[in-house]
Amino acid sequence: MEEDVKITIIDREGETHEIDAPTDMNMNLMEVVRSYEIAPEGTIGICGGMAMCASCQCYVLSDTELPEMQDEEEAMLAEAFHVEDNSRLGCQIPITHDLKGLKVQLAPEE
Amino acid sequence: MIKTDILIIGAGPTGLFTVFEAGLLKLKCHLIDALPQPGGQCSELYPKKPIYDIPGFPEVLAGDLVNNLMEQIKSFEPGFTLAERAQTIEKLEDGSFLVTTNKGTQHNAPVVAIAGGLGSFEPRKPPIPNIADFEDKGVAYMVKDPEVYRNKKVVIAGGGDSALDWSIFLADIAEEVTLVHRRNEFRGALDSVDRVKELKDLGKINLITPGEVDGLQADENGHLSSVSIKKKSEATEEIQLAVDHFIPLFGLSPKLGPIADWGLEIEKNAIKVDNTLDYQTNVPGIYAIGDVNTYPGKLKLILCGFHEATLMCQSAYKRIHPDKKYVMKYTTVGGVTGFDGTKKEAPKAVVKAID
Repeated sequence: MEEDVKITIIDREGETHEIDAPTDMNMNLMEVVRSYEIAPEGTIGICGGMAMCASCQCYVLSDTELPEMQDEEEAMLAEAFHVEDNSRLGCQIPITHDLKGLKVQLAPEE
Repeated sequence: MIKTDILIIGAGPTGLFTVFEAGLLKLKCHLIDALPQPGGQCSELYPKKPIYDIPGFPEVLAGDLVNNLMEQIKSFEPGFTLAERAQTIEKLEDGSFLVTTNKGTQHNAPVVAIAGGLGSFEPRKPPIPNIADFEDKGVAYMVKDPEVYRNKKVVIAGGGDSALDWSIFLADIAEEVTLVHRRNEFRGALDSVDRVKELKDLGKINLITPGEVDGLQADENGHLSSVSIKKKSEATEEIQLAVDHFIPLFGLSPKLGPIADWGLEIEKNAIKVDNTLDYQTNVPGIYAIGDVNTYPGKLKLILCGFHEATLMCQSAYKRIHPDKKYVMKYTTVGGVTGFDGTKKEAPKAVVKAID
C-alpha cells in the first residue's frame, strides 16, 4: 500500500522483522511494534505513549533522520536504564514516509 | 480484621467507580492500593494531563477526574488501606476471601474485585548485576527513616524530584551526600534545583554529573562499602567512592506483582475474565475489571473499566444475595441514598392547574 513505509525492527530476542508501517493512522513506532506483536503485550507501551516509562526504548541503527527529541523524551531517557547514545523512545517517533529504511532494535525490558 | 462486601484491589478510576455501582446495590466496599493516595495512574503518573474520551466530559484533567469520582462515592463511605500492597489471598471455609497486605493488614469479603490496572507501583531498580545482594545491606530504593543516614556517607542516584529533595534533606543529616545523575540537567522543581546548586557551592552536596553508579562493593560482612561511578566528561573516568548507603531514586513502575501468584489465569500480563457475563476470573468470587483484565477485543480505556465495574457489581450482588430479587433502577428514578444518611434525588415535578 502507498500509505505504508517499510521499516526494520529487531526484537528483544534478536530476530529481525521487516514490516509495513501505516502512515495514515496517526501511529507511532511503539504502536506499530504492538500492532505486529513484536514485543509481548504488557512489556511495551506501558504508559500508553506519554514518554513516561521507557518501555518502548529502542536503539536507532540506521542513519534515518528522525524528529528532534523533545524535553519529555530527553528527561525520561535520562532516568531510563540500558540507555545508549542512539536510544530513542518509540512512542515519540510518528510513522511518516520519512522513516523509509529505518532500522531499530528494541532495548531490553527493565 | 477489616470486613466488607466487595474488597477492591486498586483505587484507580475503575476501582473508585465500583464503589458507586456497589453502593446503589447497598453493598459496602473497601479499597487497597500500594500508592499512598487514591487515583492510580491518573494521580501518580499524569494528574495534570487531559483526557478527552470520558463520556460527557469533552476534556477533563486526570487529577480532576479522580477528585470527581471521590466526590461521587463519598456518601457510600468506602474504606481505604493505602500504601500497602495486597500480597496473599486465601479462601475461607465460609467461601469468603481473606486478603493480607505486605504490612499484614487483613481484609475479609465474600467478593474480591481486582481493579489493579498495570499492577502495583514499585521502585525502578537500576540494572547493576549484584544490587539485590545489597538490599537492606546499604541499598534502599526509598527513604523510610532519614535517621538511618545520620553521620553516614550516602550516595543518591537520579534526576527527579525525589533525588533532589532527599539530597537536600540528607545534606543536614548525613556526614556526606553525593548526588549522581546521568545528565547535567535535572527535571525537578526549579526551587529544588537551585537549592541543590547552593548546597553544592557550600560543599554540602558532592555532585557528580553526568555520571552513573555501575558497581557496588561489599565489606567483609556483606554490607555496602563503596560504589563505582562512571563519570562521562570528555574522557570517561571511573571513580571509586567509599559509602555506607546507596539510594537509587528512579521513580516507580507498575508490576503485576503478587497477584500473578493467586492462581488466576494470566494471559498477556493480564488476568483472563469472562467477558460474556460478569468479568469473573477462573476463581468464582474473584473478578478482574479495568486495565488489569483481558478478553477478546479488550481495550484498556477508563470508560471500559466503568462498564465492567457496573456489570461486575450486579453479579457480585447475586453472589452475596442469591435469594433476593432485584432489577436495576435508574438513579434518576431511585435517587442515590448514601450510607451516611444523605439522599440525592430528582426534584418532583410540580403539577398545578391553570384557572
